[in-house]
Amino acid sequence: MRESAVDLQADRPVSGGTAFVLLEDGTRLHGIAVGAPVAAVGEVVFNTAMTGYQEAVTDPSYDAQIITFTYPLIGNYGVSDANMESGRIHARAVIMREGMNSRPEDAGAGWLDWLASEGVPGIGGVDTRALVRHLRERGAMLGGVFPGEMSDQEARDLIAAEPSMDGRDLAAEVTPREPIVFDEGSGPKVVALDTGIKRSIVENLRQRDCRLVLMPCGSSAQDVLDQQPDAVFLANGPGDPAALDHVVGTVRALVGKLPVFGICLGHQLLCRAVGLDTFKLRFGHRGANHPVKDLSTGKIEITAQNHGFAVLGPGGAKAIDADEPVRCETDFGAAELSHVNLYDRTVEGLVLHDVPAACVQYHPEAGPGPHDSLYLFDRFVDMVHA
Amino acid sequence: MPRRTDIRKLLIIGSGPIVIGQAAEFDYSGVQACKVLLEEGYEVVLVNSNPATIMTDPEFATATYVEPLTLETVTAVIAKERPDALLGTLGGQTALNLAKSLHDEGVLDRYGVELIGVTYDAIRRAEDRELFRETMLSHGLNVPKSAIVHTIAEAERVIDAIGLPLIVRPAFTLGGHGGGIAYTPAEFSERVSEGLNASPINQVLLEQSLIGWGEFELEVMRDHNDNALVVCSIENIDPMGVHTGDSVTVAPQQTLSDRAYQVLRDQALAVIRAVGVETGGSNIQFAVSPETGEVVVIEMNPRVSRSSALASKATGFPIAKIAARLAVGYALEEIPNDITRRTPASFEPTIDYTVVKIPRFAFEKFPFVDGGLTTQMKSVGEVMAIGRTFKQAFMKALRSRELDSEPRLPEDTEALLGRLDRPAHDRYEFLFEAFRRGVSTDELNRRTSINPWFLAQFAELVAARDDGLARKKDLGFSDEQAGVTRAERRAAGLEPVFRSVDTCAAEFEAETPYYYSSYERNKFGDRAAEVRRGSRPSVVILGSGPNRIGQGIEFDYCCVHAAMTVHELGRDAVMVNCNPETVSTDYDTSDRLYFEPLTVEDVLEVIEVEQPEGVIVQFGGQTPLRIAADLQQAGVKLLGTPVESIDLAENREQFGALLRRLGIGHPPYGIAHDEGEAIGVGRQLGFPLLVRPSYVLGGRAMELCYSESELVAYVERLRAAGGSELAERMYPLLIDRFLENAIELDVDALADGEDVYVAGIMQHVEEAGVHSGDSACVLPPLSLGGEMLDEISRQTRVLALELGVVGLLNVQFAVVENKRLRVIEVNPRASRTVPFVSKATGVPLAKVACRLILGERLRDQRLPDWQAGSHVSVKEAVLPFKRLQGSDAVLGPEMKSTGEVMGIAADFPTAFGKAQAAAGVELPSKGTLFITVCDTDKPAATQLAARMHDLGFRVLATRGTAAAIRAMGIPVEELNKIGEGSPHVGDYITRGDVDIVINTPAGRGARTDGWEIRRAAIERNVPCITTMTGATAAVRAIGATRSGTPSVRSLQELHRAAAPAGDEPAPAARA
Ligand SMILES: Nc1ncnc2c1ncn2[C@@H]1O[C@H](COP(=O)(O)OP(=O)(O)O)[C@@H](O)[C@H]1O
Ligand SMILES: Nc1ncnc2c1ncn2[C@@H]1O[C@H](COP(=O)(O)OP(=O)(O)O)[C@@H](O)[C@H]1O
Ligand SMILES: [Mg+2]
Ligand SMILES: [Mg+2]
Repeated sequence: MRESAVDLQADRPVSGGTAFVLLEDGTRLHGIAVGAPVAAVGEVVFNTAMTGYQEAVTDPSYDAQIITFTYPLIGNYGVSDANMESGRIHARAVIMREGMNSRPEDAGAGWLDWLASEGVPGIGGVDTRALVRHLRERGAMLGGVFPGEMSDQEARDLIAAEPSMDGRDLAAEVTPREPIVFDEGSGPKVVALDTGIKRSIVENLRQRDCRLVLMPCGSSAQDVLDQQPDAVFLANGPGDPAALDHVVGTVRALVGKLPVFGICLGHQLLCRAVGLDTFKLRFGHRGANHPVKDLSTGKIEITAQNHGFAVLGPGGAKAIDADEPVRCETDFGAAELSHVNLYDRTVEGLVLHDVPAACVQYHPEAGPGPHDSLYLFDRFVDMVHA
Repeated sequence: MPRRTDIRKLLIIGSGPIVIGQAAEFDYSGVQACKVLLEEGYEVVLVNSNPATIMTDPEFATATYVEPLTLETVTAVIAKERPDALLGTLGGQTALNLAKSLHDEGVLDRYGVELIGVTYDAIRRAEDRELFRETMLSHGLNVPKSAIVHTIAEAERVIDAIGLPLIVRPAFTLGGHGGGIAYTPAEFSERVSEGLNASPINQVLLEQSLIGWGEFELEVMRDHNDNALVVCSIENIDPMGVHTGDSVTVAPQQTLSDRAYQVLRDQALAVIRAVGVETGGSNIQFAVSPETGEVVVIEMNPRVSRSSALASKATGFPIAKIAARLAVGYALEEIPNDITRRTPASFEPTIDYTVVKIPRFAFEKFPFVDGGLTTQMKSVGEVMAIGRTFKQAFMKALRSRELDSEPRLPEDTEALLGRLDRPAHDRYEFLFEAFRRGVSTDELNRRTSINPWFLAQFAELVAARDDGLARKKDLGFSDEQAGVTRAERRAAGLEPVFRSVDTCAAEFEAETPYYYSSYERNKFGDRAAEVRRGSRPSVVILGSGPNRIGQGIEFDYCCVHAAMTVHELGRDAVMVNCNPETVSTDYDTSDRLYFEPLTVEDVLEVIEVEQPEGVIVQFGGQTPLRIAADLQQAGVKLLGTPVESIDLAENREQFGALLRRLGIGHPPYGIAHDEGEAIGVGRQLGFPLLVRPSYVLGGRAMELCYSESELVAYVERLRAAGGSELAERMYPLLIDRFLENAIELDVDALADGEDVYVAGIMQHVEEAGVHSGDSACVLPPLSLGGEMLDEISRQTRVLALELGVVGLLNVQFAVVENKRLRVIEVNPRASRTVPFVSKATGVPLAKVACRLILGERLRDQRLPDWQAGSHVSVKEAVLPFKRLQGSDAVLGPEMKSTGEVMGIAADFPTAFGKAQAAAGVELPSKGTLFITVCDTDKPAATQLAARMHDLGFRVLATRGTAAAIRAMGIPVEELNKIGEGSPHVGDYITRGDVDIVINTPAGRGARTDGWEIRRAAIERNVPCITTMTGATAAVRAIGATRSGTPSVRSLQELHRAAAPAGDEPAPAARA
């Protein structure tokens, strides 16, 4: 037994030592070093999903962030190729109560081994609930995961050197340098401005027979039009949408010319493009249990969420109290706020009436999370056909 | 849409007595629902035969009928109350089946009652196995290969198509009753015929075996807008083949990736939609192949269930409460999440801890019953524990069980492993031992099919033996397991943190004070930061832990009343308990709930944080009393009767001396510290004797010995239970002279140290020698004269004052030869009969007791003077013989019942008849009586036979009994005993030619024949009565039922009628 028991030891230090979390406000929590034995800094956020750790860390939207998993046991079912949301880990580090290295037969690797081999540090044994309560009160903030032997000063310096998330353009870091083409299929041709698109989104579009071109997000509207697409897709991605005015400009030039659909960051970009504004949430929405109401049908979807910024309603309202679609005027004519988050009533979706364009803040593609909203991809394809 | 206004009055059906497979969880669900519906302004009519439930407290409904859950009675209630709607999803399988019959019989139509919560068609699609299969298949969902059969012949025809082993599952039974696994052709025909018998529609499903696949449950809710969500996933550590009720389970699921989990979620939502449960919750079970990941739907329960109660406690999402609101028209989003108050209920809880449930079994009480676990549920209770990690939760759950004895571990490792091949109730102890002996995870996975992830967790726990203290505490070890004292641990700076159960993993502030403790490896901040401790003083109430035979829901009832009272008296009620089924662990019941094991260590940590005014230990049965002295020692203030008095009452020698000093009679007794002394005491007292180890509850291991050789055999047997607590603590052995043919009485009283109030005197139907928990009793007493009653009150009063009782007192008396009064036992604490007496008299004993404990005086309580009221109340015990195959259906001094029912009527025979009906005993009004009794009972038997003959019954008897009856000139047919060859009595019973059996066992020896007869009767559902007094009462009840269906009266009506006229405070004490 000992062989496999040792193999599966929970958060036994892989790098053999202690580690600590330090936040920019000076809060310090202890734990043990797992994964790669290096320091990492970034915006410390928390995710409340109970499964899907591998999808989370490989989601490009987590670029420059450190994920605190609220579910205490992470690594239970190992890692496998099927659960990759991109080619690599984007999160800078992970904070866990108990990280483990189990490796069931169908898994490609153990979680902790994988973190180590990918060069990503983790910290286990952390009082994550206390940390989350702290972040909930004070808001997401910069911080880092550091090897136990590193001095406080050194750690503080590293944090100080990290730019704040506000106003930060991270899309540039995750966007492809060259277009990526998926051209099998006989359906509509979709160009995605790739600000860090998740594999699940690509899969969902391809399953619906879309031909897909992932373009660098710095592409111009003309570059996009040159592809002669049937529609434009605005992807998810990291960072502050307010820092992406060049992309917003591109979007403005495309709305009205082609059907546009956006998810997450793509939703924020579209909203900015039509004249709405965005703001930073205190600690964001990251998890797989947020209820979102479709204001036109009254249906409630349990959604996957991952965003630190959100769209302000008309007049700058953070919370939408209405239970019917909220009409508003945009630079592109009439529109309505179509979806609202039932937790804090923030905007979750927008539909334009005079031009074919729509977007949602949450993640209909799940990966990880519930599948309640997959229908949105069908709607998108219908919109393209219409 | 807001609530429906076209409904004014609602009928709710409870689940009846606690039986295996249907326990306190339905009281929890029912109470939640009743509260909500009253709050919403509906009139609530409740029918439930179980007096020990909180839901049958008069304040939880507009009209409460403690009446049998039979078609006739519920029809009578409907005819009288004319409700607009029936909510049938709260009372388990019992209520659902009853709702279905009420529809089938046209009752609902006739009285214009709408079935809400779940429609008739949805019930059928979920419950009829064939329809369910079709429904699943037509929605593209997988089900196991199977065939539905109605006869053995049909079964034989499909056996090849499915293959052995296969699962036999009867339609419309609960807890898998009547089903099982057939490995061989012989087992096949046996299981099929059992199954056909057990099914009320004679239908069984033969199903492909998925033994060893992973078993998962999802709790789903849906509203009338078709919004559906999953409240919680539960993974069974014991794979398919062990009933979920008997499995150790964990929430949330641990071993599936998000991708695999979402498949289950999608399917669960598809199932609830396909079956068509439109407003409410359902439990959906899946099997998942460990090799291929293939998913198969096993079943769905379109109602609240044991698992939904567990899911509610595990997540903080109150399923029953929300289901009730959905049923009356609300949508999920219109209902606020109790815990956050700000967010709606239309979300999926996410948790940041792990929950483990472990069932508790009672095989030690049923020596002939196989302790193996199968598709048929056998456990009698459960515990739940919450920890930050799986290991913490598992270790906490293990210690919450309060096992009386540890299983014996075979020396030989092969033998040990052999014990793991078949799942059994003690498998985890064996598993841990196997790890200790170095057996590999692979080997154990091969033998048990338990997912390697769990095995690795166990291996880690075992391997931690040599780790440091901090790590051991992090893993969930108790101080004792970690090898330290509390002081040493605290000196090392180790103390648990209290966390709240908040449905949202701390994303929002929790308003609801529901906590658990955990050790953090690197604690950050104040350990009580999450505890919302206001400025009011608090009082801690210790609960009763897992339900088990001897300590059931009655004690939870008392604890809940205590919590209500503490709150009413201006303090914060703080509950500590670890039983997920109960009302006491509903966060709505107390001001703060700590879901914790009831051990000294865990309770002291709560006390440390709470700094309560005091702790109440007298309501939770033996569980709090076990730790009371240690708590006191640790400086905790115990409220109420001093613990010394409780101990004194348990101490034979001191208590005997006290009784003698007070001039109160008791059976002659002796105490033995070894076998020699036992024999000596036996000779001195004379036989028969009643023998037991000290410190037992529920008459555990208590036996009657008719001779010295039986006494010696008894001592040997106890010793042979070696290693167990029972064997270690067998001495001193308590030996009583057995009082033959004595009338037994139970008395419940209240005292404040100065005054005493005798609240109820109950006369047992069965004579002394049948455990008080197993015998029927009647209040007011039937056959005692005023003088005797006065003497009983006087002695009770003297005892209460002498023991310094503050709160409740229970005294058991025996009346010998109708004149001499003997004290059998005194319990200066809440007794099993408290809820029954409260319901019978309208005096809420536990609440009053709690007031006294908190310093109020009895004379200020305005209690009614005790008097023979306008009605007679009968309590009857409900026994698990049918469920536990092979058990002997005979009553004795060791308690075996799992629950109780109450019958109320104007006269004793009718009340007794109602109680029988409520207990599921269908007394026939005509047909055939079979009677066979021991010699001493023959004279009484002839009388009974005569009476039954007069009532038109055909009388059958075995030779000796027949001779006695014939001698009185009563026509009787003689039958062979089973040993005498066919056609014998067993054949008659099995063929259905007998409608009622009266069989009194003759001493010890002649067990076997009687055993066969009783088993045959139990299996055929033929009433089987094993005492002459019980039989006499039954015959009177049969006579009474002839005068038509008895009328129904609500508790509210009864109590109003019984309330004292005028407003004068009645004198508290009598006698
Ligand atoms: N086809 C099967 N193969 C193996 N085990 C099964 C099969 N079907 C059911 N079981 C086991 O039997 C138990 C009881 O079956 P279930 O359908 O849930 O009935 P109940 O109504 O008693 O809950 C399940 O929990 C599962 O462990
Ligand atoms: N001396 C006795 N004679 C006859 N019956 C007795 C005697 N002592 C106990 N019993 C029977 O045994 C049952 C259990 O005994 P009791 O002392 O009440 O134990 P417990 O603590 O389990 O309630 C009683 O309810 C009574 O029926
Ligand atoms: Mg089941
Ligand atoms: Mg007793």
